[in-house]
Amino acid sequence: MAIAFDVLVQGVQMTVVLLAAPLLTGFVRKVRARLMRRRGPSVFQPYRDLHRLLRKEVVLAENASWLFRVAPYLIFAATWVAAALVPTFATGLVFSWTADLIAIIALLGSARFFLALAGMDVGTSFGGIGSSREVMIASLAEPAMLLIVFTLALAAGSTQLSTVATYMASPDVGLRVSLGMALIALVIVAIAENARIPVDNPATHLELTMVHEAMILEYSGRHLAMIEFAASLKLLLYVSLIGCIFVPWTLAAADAGAAALGGGVVTWLAKLAAGGFMLALFETAIAKMRVFRVPEFIGAALMLGLLGTLLLFVSRAL
Amino acid sequence: MPVVWVLGCVAALLATAVAAVGLGRRRGATQAVYAASFAASAVALITAGAQLALAEGVAPALTLPLGLPWLGARFRMDALAAFFLVVVNLGGAATSFYALGYGKHEAAPARVLPFFPAFLAGMNLVVLAHDAFSFLLAWESMSLASWALVMAHHRDADNRRAGLVYLVMASFGTLALLLAFGLLAGAEGSYDFAAIRAGAPTPLVAGLVPMLVLLGAGSKAGLVPLHVWLPLAHPAAPSHVSALMSGVMTKVAIYAFVRVAFDLLGDSAWWQSMVVLALGGGTAVLGVLYALMQHDLKRLLAYHTVENIGIIYIGLGLALTFEANGMGAAAALALTAALFHVLNHSLFKSLLFFGAGAVLTATGQRDMEHLGGLIRRMPYTSFAFLVGCVAISALPPLNGFVSEWLTFQAILQSPDLPQWGLKFLVPAVGGLLALSAALAAACFVKAFGVTFLGRPRTSAAETAREVDRCSLGAMFMLVALCVAAGIVPGLVIDALAPVTLSLVAERMPLQLEVPWLSVVPIAEARSSYNGLLVFLFIAFSASLASVVIRRFASHSLRRAPAWDCGFPDPSPATQYTAGSFAQPIRRVFGSLVFRAREQVDMPAPGDLRPARLQVEIRDLIWDWLYAPIAVAIGYAADRFNRLQFLTIRRYLSLVFLALVTLLLALAIWP
Repeated sequence: MAIAFDVLVQGVQMTVVLLAAPLLTGFVRKVRARLMRRRGPSVFQPYRDLHRLLRKEVVLAENASWLFRVAPYLIFAATWVAAALVPTFATGLVFSWTADLIAIIALLGSARFFLALAGMDVGTSFGGIGSSREVMIASLAEPAMLLIVFTLALAAGSTQLSTVATYMASPDVGLRVSLGMALIALVIVAIAENARIPVDNPATHLELTMVHEAMILEYSGRHLAMIEFAASLKLLLYVSLIGCIFVPWTLAAADAGAAALGGGVVTWLAKLAAGGFMLALFETAIAKMRVFRVPEFIGAALMLGLLGTLLLFVSRAL
Repeated sequence: MPVVWVLGCVAALLATAVAAVGLGRRRGATQAVYAASFAASAVALITAGAQLALAEGVAPALTLPLGLPWLGARFRMDALAAFFLVVVNLGGAATSFYALGYGKHEAAPARVLPFFPAFLAGMNLVVLAHDAFSFLLAWESMSLASWALVMAHHRDADNRRAGLVYLVMASFGTLALLLAFGLLAGAEGSYDFAAIRAGAPTPLVAGLVPMLVLLGAGSKAGLVPLHVWLPLAHPAAPSHVSALMSGVMTKVAIYAFVRVAFDLLGDSAWWQSMVVLALGGGTAVLGVLYALMQHDLKRLLAYHTVENIGIIYIGLGLALTFEANGMGAAAALALTAALFHVLNHSLFKSLLFFGAGAVLTATGQRDMEHLGGLIRRMPYTSFAFLVGCVAISALPPLNGFVSEWLTFQAILQSPDLPQWGLKFLVPAVGGLLALSAALAAACFVKAFGVTFLGRPRTSAAETAREVDRCSLGAMFMLVALCVAAGIVPGLVIDALAPVTLSLVAERMPLQLEVPWLSVVPIAEARSSYNGLLVFLFIAFSASLASVVIRRFASHSLRRAPAWDCGFPDPSPATQYTAGSFAQPIRRVFGSLVFRAREQVDMPAPGDLRPARLQVEIRDLIWDWLYAPIAVAIGYAADRFNRLQFLTIRRYLSLVFLALVTLLLALAIWP
């Protein structure tokens, strides 16, 4: 019976991330609008957008290949699997050992690989510009992320997210220089990976400043819905990741019973709201960078990650 | 005895080479030679695989009455040799099968057919050899056979230059190996590997030999800064030979390093592993950056081989480090990661070169700027190439990810190392490895995107036709192996256990007993990865999404011209090219690493000449290391040229002087 319950909790996790992802996107948009003294669309607008896109017909470029039609599903699936493996409200879920943090990063890398290929498929200049810039940003953000993983893994003695979260919740961690560096670096990487200001602007309509939006310019209808959904999932994943590593105290254990799990869900939603609010605040306070300033921005994360790792190599107590 | 079987296969390959000379240009010669090579490689593959799986305790050495009269030629197949024989013959069998189709397009078959089986035989013999003399003999025959294959299309001036550079670098490498074995053999001249292993080397020898082998094997494997010949020579050969050279011959070089550094020498000093680690990290990043700057598909792949060699050397360096510090389990993990990557790279690099060969057959083009849109003309080739790209970019759930993941896990074992130099170097190498993995993905988005996606840039690309079934069969065989090694990596890791047991006296925990076929390097609480479940989850989620959408969403689909923000341009020249795709990365990294300079020549208003953008990329290693050597040799040659025009009296006095000097030296020598 226990295994059935475990699988059920895992299933709930997979469903909950799916349901909450558009809500987080809508919440961030709403807060941004309010901070700019606009009324803004409802927080449920992303659901309506997805619904509308799903009902519309797909307008496919004449020379689009099978890869262009398959890519949205692959991108969505890889992102969803990655999001389902991050502890959101509970640690130690039954499939959590399927992939550690390195594998989760690599899964997101797979999604990006196919997105960048899809951008090049139709053979337009905007698709190419988006793909080319996306891989440039990723070529810095991914190593930064891996160095952050190194820092965490050296501190916690594991790359397994559940173990890391349990360790971080234990009282003997305390304030550490290396973990502080990892937090700053992780926030920078999260901003870059999710194509937020100042790296990219999800709301832009000026073609030459687009990165993510330029890649998906040729997508429409249900294909676009899948990609938008995957982008929301990715944002949710990163906020949950930061939450489960640096604010792990409210995570329930997977076998803790329904009440504790319920409490975990509520506090997780509160964490998402707090994260979304801070993201919106940051985005309204800063201007978008030129593309060739971005390497300096992400380079800071890379250096912080390397410094954090080096500190831990010097002494486990730092 | 299994070693006899493999030697029989080698004899069959050599006989095929001789027969190929006799057959000449006769009809059916190509098919006959490649079929014979395929059969011999397949038998050797099965024998070596069985040997590795059964893992019989002690493998006896076989002595043949060849070579040095007092020594004979010794051959032995222990676990390490068996593993590398699997890699060599898997590549050999796949390549021979591919060549059954691809070889038909060869313009000068008589320049390829005799050398191809000889090349395979040479690589097998290097791995089998159990004394220094036969090892070096086999090494040289492997080098020469591959040189002849590089020179197959010798009318092209670039190929002739590649052949020259290759010959010089191969001689240098053999010289380094010769010195290493000379030092190992010692004063008694014991060339037998068993005697070398039993002897205790002096500290000087133990310090010098690994560095000499690093030079010798590294120059064959393409370790930076000894890589300069590789991106010239590998693409110059016919594509199936490129696959062998990149996928397999570089692995034979790795074998030479492992054999000497781990097996023959035993313990190494920690500073040696620092050299290996630093070279490996630098090689990985420089290799992929070079690859990103290329627009010739085969040259891009060749440079990318340099990157993967770097990753393998990082694993080997970590294993040496851990072994020197008595951390056996960690050494086994690092060594397994390196050897796993050896197998992986031989699989996907062969696959990618086969794909490049198929593109070359179909379009006659290697330059990506003249390709594009091939996914519609060559669906099967493009699918196989895509799988190769995903695998080599270290993306889950394919095999490239598993070996890089194991290498990362090995790096995470290293804070316990006592030496401060390593404490600073290892995290930096970890950062370089992470950087190279991310850049590899960028590189293969470029390679696949520009070659196979978009609109065709030339009429050759527009009219390309899918290649023959043998070529496709070979490619899909490798695709299946890439997927299999990715989703059940435990099988490969367990098969590597006898190798690590014999080299570092430790093994990774048995993986096939872990529930659900997960990979658990140390303990489940530390890290685990399950390729099978990741694969199934992705497949399940993707099909669930598509089923839900099929059921509930709109089905309608309309084909229309591309949107492109309202301004589509019909000319395919407006697409992103290989050069423009790499431009952001060139700006970020290239100005430092390559001294990249961009010059824009914009005509004044009213002037009708076209605007020009000129990009200059310098290879600093060539400029700083090789060019000065070439200049010095030229200068010395000019000076010594005068010796050619002396009178007979002066020559005689020179001879006399030399004699006196040598006699004096002998007299003074203690």
